[in-house]
Amino acid sequence: MAIEKILKDDASEEKGERARMASFVGAIAITDLVKTTLGPKGMDKILQSTGRGHEVTVTNDGATILKSLHIDNPAAKVLIDISKVQDDEVGDGTTSVVVLAGELLREAEKLVAAKIHPMTIISGYRMAAECARNALLQRVVDNKENAEKFKSDLMKIAMTTLSSKILSQDKEHFAQLAVDAVMRLKGSTNLEAIQIIKKPGGSLKDSFLDEGFILDKKIGLGQPKRIENAKILVANTAMDTDKVKIYGARVRVDSMSKVAEIEGAEKEKMREKVKKILGHGINCFVNRQLIYNFPEELFADAGILAIEHADFDGIERLALVTGGEIASTFDNPESVKLGHCKLIEEIMIGEDKLIHFSGVEMGQACTIVLRGASHHVLDEAERSLHDALCVLSQTVNDTRVLLGGGWPEMVMAKEVDELARKTPGKKSHAIEAFSRALVAIPTIIADNAGLDSADLVAKLRAEHHKEGCNAGIDVISGSVGDMAELGISEAFKVKQAVLLSATEAAEMILRVDEIITCAPRKREDRM
Amino acid sequence: MALAFDEYGRPFIILKEQEQKTRLRGIEAQKANISAGKAVARILRTSLGPKGMDKMLQSPDGDVTITNDGATILEQMDVDNQIAKLMVELSRSQDYEIGDGTTGVVVMAGALLEQAERLLERGIHPIRIAEGYEMASRIAVEHLDHIAQKFDFGPTNIEPLVQTCMTTLSSKIVNRCKRPLAEIAVKAVLSVADLERKDVNLDLIKVEGKVGGKLEDTELVYGITVDKDMSHPQMPKKIDDAKIAILTCPFEPPKPKTKHKVDIDTVEKFQTLRQQEQKYFDDMVQKCKDVGATLVICQWGFDDEANHLLMHRNLPAVRWVGGVELELIAIATGGRIVPRFQELTPEKLGRAGLVREKSFGTTKDKMLYIEHCANSRAVTIFIRGGNKMMIEETKRSIHDALCVARNLIRNNSIVYGGGSAEISCSIAVEAAADKYPGVEQYAIRAFADALDSVSIALAENSGLQPIETLSAVKSQQIKENNPHFGIDCNDVGTNDMREQNVFETLIGKQQQILLATQVVKMILKIDDVISPSDF
Repeated sequence: MAIEKILKDDASEEKGERARMASFVGAIAITDLVKTTLGPKGMDKILQSTGRGHEVTVTNDGATILKSLHIDNPAAKVLIDISKVQDDEVGDGTTSVVVLAGELLREAEKLVAAKIHPMTIISGYRMAAECARNALLQRVVDNKENAEKFKSDLMKIAMTTLSSKILSQDKEHFAQLAVDAVMRLKGSTNLEAIQIIKKPGGSLKDSFLDEGFILDKKIGLGQPKRIENAKILVANTAMDTDKVKIYGARVRVDSMSKVAEIEGAEKEKMREKVKKILGHGINCFVNRQLIYNFPEELFADAGILAIEHADFDGIERLALVTGGEIASTFDNPESVKLGHCKLIEEIMIGEDKLIHFSGVEMGQACTIVLRGASHHVLDEAERSLHDALCVLSQTVNDTRVLLGGGWPEMVMAKEVDELARKTPGKKSHAIEAFSRALVAIPTIIADNAGLDSADLVAKLRAEHHKEGCNAGIDVISGSVGDMAELGISEAFKVKQAVLLSATEAAEMILRVDEIITCAPRKREDRM
Repeated sequence: MALAFDEYGRPFIILKEQEQKTRLRGIEAQKANISAGKAVARILRTSLGPKGMDKMLQSPDGDVTITNDGATILEQMDVDNQIAKLMVELSRSQDYEIGDGTTGVVVMAGALLEQAERLLERGIHPIRIAEGYEMASRIAVEHLDHIAQKFDFGPTNIEPLVQTCMTTLSSKIVNRCKRPLAEIAVKAVLSVADLERKDVNLDLIKVEGKVGGKLEDTELVYGITVDKDMSHPQMPKKIDDAKIAILTCPFEPPKPKTKHKVDIDTVEKFQTLRQQEQKYFDDMVQKCKDVGATLVICQWGFDDEANHLLMHRNLPAVRWVGGVELELIAIATGGRIVPRFQELTPEKLGRAGLVREKSFGTTKDKMLYIEHCANSRAVTIFIRGGNKMMIEETKRSIHDALCVARNLIRNNSIVYGGGSAEISCSIAVEAAADKYPGVEQYAIRAFADALDSVSIALAENSGLQPIETLSAVKSQQIKENNPHFGIDCNDVGTNDMREQNVFETLIGKQQQILLATQVVKMILKIDDVISPSDF
């Protein structure tokens, strides 16, 4: 008798070798997809959305590429997930983590074909990952004590991160921007405090960091365009019609005159509110919500700069920079903390008018204005800058630094190789495979740069045989160079996260020996 | 398909729309059912033991789950066959009762069904088989009682508990850091356990996960974590010796349940209403302040004005906290949940030594830790890991470990793992079989074979020669009269499970045998399957 069908109609089930094959193929396909974006000479991808307008994104950020893919293969989904987590956690290395996991699986496939049990491979990988991490730990440089050196470390990391992105032409400029911005955060990782304003026009070089704060808003009509020694009240309150919030209240009138009276009362109420606000002795008022014409006029009469509809982030940042608190009631002016700044003025960037707050008290937030030829360039610049900022802010907390340019991979590979030689049993094959997967990364970097990877990597390996070697791939000159001299650095935290999550993901996929796909949920066709 | 005919050969209609139904009867039905049950067991068979493999499951919505927890696999598999559903139920009930051994129970049932099929072919009546199984299971359970050992542990000596939890965790993907995780699980259970009554309320342990970081960063928080942040960005991020007001009423103007209308028809009314509104907000905050609260946790939202007033009066607040979390906070801090501002009194406030906000990674993720609570009975296990699937799987593994620790506190008897208990039972059942006259004898022997096949699966998954290993272990057990020999899955070099410290709980094992036998009996008794034919 035929084996009973136990799953639902459209469900599918893949077992043993087939299941493993499906995962390997899926994961390796994803890896090959993003592989070409790795390294300073990595290429970009164009992504076209299926949504309305078929928006186009040009990027070489691994996380962004993978996020926009619609994948059906479950193993591929695991890889996309680790890249997302890498993005959230450290911000950079999103491509590397996928490539390393993919290479680990590619090596594992060969081992499985050579009849080594996946569990043996996993335990080998685990030992290798541990060993690799220790190798890195031994070679990290920590310049926490020396502020000057640490700053130059940050600068190098920023340049290294940016060199693989669209900003690489002006990487010094942008690295400086990013380092300055992150140093202002004073150890906080809240990147929300760094505002990035994109204005098309000009060139990337014209981008700048503003010490103060720029709000992308217009100043109300007839109000002063320039205020010195501003006292700012940051508010989140309704300045349109101040509704009565008690439930069920409604206005019921029987004649036109009554309507007028109520309207008068409403106006009176608003006038009183404005008066109370004025009672704080301010000369600038920033509100999160709308300000209607009437109160705006009142503010203009009092010679106060009123800014409406600043979004929530804007308000929060403004509160951070100026040191004021966000107010919603105005009954006790003496205890509300006002924000201060030396000068508020309207400035022009390109064609747009913006409000510029300078000479602020607390420098925790700042603004970076990006200029560039097109929206695509700006978007990509923003992503790149975001990566750099993420890495820097993480490095400020964990100050350990490594060299870049394939150096860490070679150091790890060497140690792992050594371990393989010492380990008896089948595990040593897996450990060797791990080291091969590590070496694949500098190979890909070299390949992407159009260099002779086999030659370079072999040279590199020979160099690394010496103790305390700083050799890595110098993509610019196309040879093996001293990474310390070239100033190519990476954050230890990023490398560690790459190593651990890639191993974890590879392990997870290797352990699978059966894939059961449930019948897709039927969607009602509304079309 | 006709069921019965009258003397003229016309069919009686017994079932409604019987033409459209398929029907299997007698031996056919039993065989079909058995093969369905076996198919389910076959899927789980490779997940058994420390070297068991995982399954990747894609849900109807495309989400991916990777797990080797039997109950989870079966639940997500979305099976269609009735008998297969019974197997799913079986694993689920093991999960509810014991929490661990969900794979083992299904493999056991599958093995019993396989043996039953052979007996059926020899022409033994299904009921006799079922009865034989029943007797055998009784023998096995008694034997387990006999070989079980009690072991002592206390709040100071947690080592045995940790060892048992490690056995459970070693079959999961988290076995890389099973030691720390086992310790976390045991500590969590002990801190909520009522050792007098020998009971543990697992509801007091909250398992939270957040992607990012690594597995080693998983921690036990003596308190509660809430995935929320302070309602106002400028409120203090850290509060020492917090007195917490736990509210289920919103900081908003009252909304009476009865329908009403407030008519505004004069200017005076408009103004009084406005003043009342302001006063109302003021009163609410004042009341919280009056009773001495230094932190407000609210189930609902705040009005902007109320939010500012709270901020202004230096009263940090958290909004939109879920009901379950609210209850846990109340238990942990010893506070009372207050539904109305009027009912706030100083006694109803909860107390916590430290409340702090912690941010993660590069995104704006923040969590609130409430620690050093007045009543430290509620704890949280906070899991970190490289990706979402990892976290989910860790959650499941921790749940298993928690259940095992709880079972041990309820009943501190253990048996040794690694298949040793099954082999020992199998020997006992085999020996007892000869004492039974009648056909049941065969069923009892078959039961012993089924017990063996669990150990065979274990050996197969570990890459050992299954039959050779099993027979070696079996002869060793009989020769040395020592029930602690099992399958050496991890290639340690000894197969004495006592030396390897591989334990399982006695009730877990007993439950496995009993549940599996019950389900198999049920399946064997079915001799007629009527189902609507394919459409």
